Amino acid sequence: MCTYIAMKAAILIQRWYRRYIARLEMRRRYTWNIFQSIEYAGEQDQLQVKPHITAQGSWILFCISLSSFFSFMLDNFSQLNGKEPDLMSRLLDPAVDTAVDPVVEDQRQCRYEHILVPESYSGPHLSFPLSVTDTNALLGAFKEQQNGLPSAENPYIFNGDFVDRGKKSIEIIIILFAFLLLYPDHMHLNRGNHEDHIMNLRYGFTKEVMQKYKTHGREILQLLQDVFSLLPIATIIDNKVLVVHGGLSDHTDLDFLNTVKRHKVKSALRLPKCSVDRKDVRTSSTRQRGGARLHSPHSTGHVPHRRKGHHTRPSSSSSSSSSSSSTPSVCSPHHRPPSPGTPCPTSMLQVPFLDSILSLAPPQPPRDELEWKQVVDVLWSDPKTQNGCSPNSFRGGGCYFGPDVTEQLLRKHGLCLLIRSHECKQDGYELCHNGQVITIFSASNYYEEGSNRGAYVKLGPELVPHFFQYQVSRCTRKLTLQQRVSVAESSALKALQEKLFAHRSELMTAFQQHDVNNTGKISTAEWTQVVDSVLRLDLPWRTLRPRLVQLAPDGDVEYESCFDSISLGQPIPKVAPNLAETLCRYRTDLEIIFNIIDKDHSGQISIEEFRQTWKLFSSHLNMDVDDKAIDDMARSIDFNKDGSIDFNEFLEAFRVVHKLDIKEQQHG
Amino acid sequence: AFLLSFPEAFVSEVHKRISNAFDVFDHEFNHTVDVREIGTIIRSLGSFPTEAELHDIIAEVEEEEPTGYIRFEKFLPTMTKVLMEHKFRPIPDNLLLQAFEVLDQQKRGYLEPEELSKYLMQEGETFTQEEMEEMLSAALDPDKNVIFYKDFVGMMTIDDTQ
Repeated sequence: MCTYIAMKAAILIQRWYRRYIARLEMRRRYTWNIFQSIEYAGEQDQLQVKPHITAQGSWILFCISLSSFFSFMLDNFSQLNGKEPDLMSRLLDPAVDTAVDPVVEDQRQCRYEHILVPESYSGPHLSFPLSVTDTNALLGAFKEQQNGLPSAENPYIFNGDFVDRGKKSIEIIIILFAFLLLYPDHMHLNRGNHEDHIMNLRYGFTKEVMQKYKTHGREILQLLQDVFSLLPIATIIDNKVLVVHGGLSDHTDLDFLNTVKRHKVKSALRLPKCSVDRKDVRTSSTRQRGGARLHSPHSTGHVPHRRKGHHTRPSSSSSSSSSSSSTPSVCSPHHRPPSPGTPCPTSMLQVPFLDSILSLAPPQPPRDELEWKQVVDVLWSDPKTQNGCSPNSFRGGGCYFGPDVTEQLLRKHGLCLLIRSHECKQDGYELCHNGQVITIFSASNYYEEGSNRGAYVKLGPELVPHFFQYQVSRCTRKLTLQQRVSVAESSALKALQEKLFAHRSELMTAFQQHDVNNTGKISTAEWTQVVDSVLRLDLPWRTLRPRLVQLAPDGDVEYESCFDSISLGQPIPKVAPNLAETLCRYRTDLEIIFNIIDKDHSGQISIEEFRQTWKLFSSHLNMDVDDKAIDDMARSIDFNKDGSIDFNEFLEAFRVVHKLDIKEQQHG
Repeated sequence: AFLLSFPEAFVSEVHKRISNAFDVFDHEFNHTVDVREIGTIIRSLGSFPTEAELHDIIAEVEEEEPTGYIRFEKFLPTMTKVLMEHKFRPIPDNLLLQAFEVLDQQKRGYLEPEELSKYLMQEGETFTQEEMEEMLSAALDPDKNVIFYKDFVGMMTIDDTQ
């Protein structure tokens, strides 16, 4: 054949195929963005960080607020019969420092020995002191291991986030702890941002433990709270390689970190206990109001960010005005009084139930806060490609740190490499900062089947890294790129559709404002603008539009069609429609709260408890709810016992389903 | 000057499409993308440039001293022109099919993987090993171990227009 013709044919095919692959790559990339946005929006719900510069301009203090609803519930729920302390504080902030009190420690020991294991249990039984037989039994019960047992020649570091990822978190940490006990010199665990009891409340680990351990769940969680806070923040290999879960900031100081009593930082989401009482808080917030305004637009240290936070915070230069909106409600009676017997008030430096920020700005921040910030930075930061250090507004905590920050820190401490995790990477690992930073992510198929490979890194002689990748696959046949992208994309789009559904009323109101003639259509630009401002997920809505909504022949968007594929699973109790979708949105939070209230893990709470929860929920949302309406609703929910609510059944009504899924199930 | 002949609203739409596609790869949220992603962005906007044409565009939008990043301000006008002038038009299905048929010298209706690999990795703007393997994984009939190119083109075109 004429070479010229073959060449032309080849060029044509290559040109076409590359275009096809580019489209797949675009789909894969925005699918990734969707998963990440939703994930971080969830994390951000818990940790919203806003930097302020004090009047002196020299210190950036981070102030935090919990998801407003969650925070509100924690602050305002109180035990009804008054016999026991507030259940939430019992779970989250044990009144006694159990690590220190020997009496309680003894009690723990006794309790452990008296725990009865049901005969129906068929898993591994461990005996102490642990031996290799025990660890083999654990691994055998779980899955195959790849790289061999830990030993002097084969030491391991696990770099955080052992829990909150999947339904077998407790099994994973049992295995890790067992190995840690058996090989204390060759097995190292670093703390991740999910080794945090407040994150666990939101991300599923708390629920997993409560479900799997009906009687001892609470104790286990309290114990783990201590254990997590005792985990090392960082590990250094051979004085050359720094391993941390998140990353660095330009303030990271390893020498200082080394002196920090890390267990004091129980959670990244609550500032450490502080001896400042409420009166001082009010005064200093007044001072802050005056001081902060003096400063420049860059005063938040905040590089103008396209990515919007999950919160409706005004932009940088008016952050001082948001602190001025933290009114005397700071000192509202909603705050829990200090528990008797504790020397300091409980850690209540976070916000009252509304979204306002409390900022505390003493001239020189107490050591506690410095320590806390150092820990948060190391557990939450992400690298960026450009120089400098800016607040990580995507996550809501920690920083984005540039190659210059890495270079400076490594040089200062005579190190040559930073290994970190914290971010899912498609190939399981990624290098950046001129090879000085390795991101390692070991959970394959993290977002969805086929979404990514997992990897681990082995440091050989001369500390040269070698990467090992893998991907667990349920299918025996290898999926093509197109199939993998389609599966992941479909999953991401479903998640997005659920988000849209959960904000239906708000969206429809905004859509209808643009649709003056009531045609059911608005322009693409209008649709994009509404969705962007309501959902606050920074996503390429224009590109996603054809996958989410129907277009009219003239190119306009039929805005109601984006809700077509979703419905509520079951007929709902007597609630107003917009309340229903609010419940969808808060479903997970409510589930956690109900589980905490449900002391005996029966799946039931009393009508009184339900009523109180509901009242708080409604008042937080500024809804008018009277007692009769609550009673009506309670009655319309199935009763299993006298005066009890099966809250799982209640919540089930607010789980969204995808209509196509139902159809598939029906047709088998 | 040619842009004045288009209604402003239309140009604005084009700008937004380009901006959206660009944003997907703007990881630092500072209106820059890695130069290696430009090809993907341009192609996902519906253009079918050859590699040579792609390099020309990159040369046009790069900084005087290449930094490895492309700024949106430079990319937008160039890409707008590409879309408005319908440069790098799509390849009609029948033309694509003809290309495969040309390579199928024995007119059997299929190609052996070795044949196709030879052409695509040695002729034209050659595929890398990775590109070839990826195409084969989608194109190869698992039973007969050949590529029925007509089916292949049909399948890919459906996926593409979804």
